[in-house]
Amino acid sequence: MVAGAGTGPGTTTTARDVVDILRQVKDPEVPVLDIVEMGIVRRAVVEEGRIIVDVTPTYSGCPAMKVIEEGITSTLLEQGFGPVEVRTVLHPPWTTDWMTDDAREKLREYGIAPPGPVEQFTPIQFSRTVRAVSCPFCGSGDTETRSTFGSTACKSMHYCNACHQPFEHFKPH
Amino acid sequence: MDSNAALVDFLLGLGDDRLVLGHRLSEWCGHAPILEEDIALTNIALDLIGQATLFLGLAGDIEGKGRDADALAYFRSDREFRNHPLVELPKGDFAFTIVRQFLFDAFGYHLLQALAESAHEGLSGIAGKSAKETAYHLRHSAEWVVRLGDGTEESHVRAQSALDEAWRWTGALFVPTPAEAVLAESGVAPDLVGLESVWRSSVDEVIRNSTLELPEALPPTGKGYRRGDHTEHLGTLLAEMQSLARAHPGATW
Repeated sequence: MVAGAGTGPGTTTTARDVVDILRQVKDPEVPVLDIVEMGIVRRAVVEEGRIIVDVTPTYSGCPAMKVIEEGITSTLLEQGFGPVEVRTVLHPPWTTDWMTDDAREKLREYGIAPPGPVEQFTPIQFSRTVRAVSCPFCGSGDTETRSTFGSTACKSMHYCNACHQPFEHFKPH
Repeated sequence: MDSNAALVDFLLGLGDDRLVLGHRLSEWCGHAPILEEDIALTNIALDLIGQATLFLGLAGDIEGKGRDADALAYFRSDREFRNHPLVELPKGDFAFTIVRQFLFDAFGYHLLQALAESAHEGLSGIAGKSAKETAYHLRHSAEWVVRLGDGTEESHVRAQSALDEAWRWTGALFVPTPAEAVLAESGVAPDLVGLESVWRSSVDEVIRNSTLELPEALPPTGKGYRRGDHTEHLGTLLAEMQSLARAHPGATW
């Protein structure tokens, strides 16, 4: 996707400037996080006045990706930077391990339990120990999983036995 | 068959399996036995349809005839669909949906793991990403198979009957098409014989825990089919899925 009238961001624009602007683009499903701290923006380069942004989808079917791509282009264009090309890269696949510590803390404050480190995943394992997810509201570890799928592809549903609050967890992925 | 045509055929198969099964799962939206399961089945449908979009998109790029994922999904006839018959069977009761899902998830998981190491970079990128999602699907369906099989008398009977029905369609998963034979030789796709044995050991482990019993052998109906052969059920599924796009070509909303 290439957009913009070719007005150009000027010779002094750097990839760092672009990334700073992209921090204004939020994930529409988790509006407390921007797409840079989510790890969705993999790379930004400025080539002969043209801006190329590489993004990686969180989940294959995530409906937010289209909105995010449009947000990248419109945010850069509105601030006079362009033309913009947004490219999708799939390898290496997105992981929650790319999420910054700041981002995890913002999630918790927002009421979503942040993801722990991604562990080796064995799908068929009946005697596994399930690591308890701490309640984002009261901090208790006495919680239970209600469902490994939630309101969006990236979240699961849990219940806190201590403060009796249902809550969501951003799945380690 | 040249290697490009083989790759397009194979990618269409990967996309179509996921598109058709994703559609079947989406039929549960608003109808699943409990709210959590409604959300889970539709989440899995969303992942599968997302994966289908990626595989079909790559197939269209390589084919080079200007067909994108939507054109391939909405404007091919049932005879052109390359999915396995297992995924197009009607959703049946909840037990059938879960048992069929488990048999396919185990197949998809091992296939995608192997394809993540494919010699084709575009294919390996999609497979690596999809394998991570499919691991969650497999965990979910495997745990449900055990819960239903080792649950009440009613759930056991229904799950066993679902397994008896779905099982005979699994034979087709491992009969190589000409395209799969070409691609296995060049290291783009795995050999299906090796895949069948890892799939079978995952299936055996779950079925053992579920107290269900596998039918003795694969009857000839399963082996008589292969990828791209269809039952009468695909046509009605596509009629529903494609009707809007065909009534209003190029519509956006």
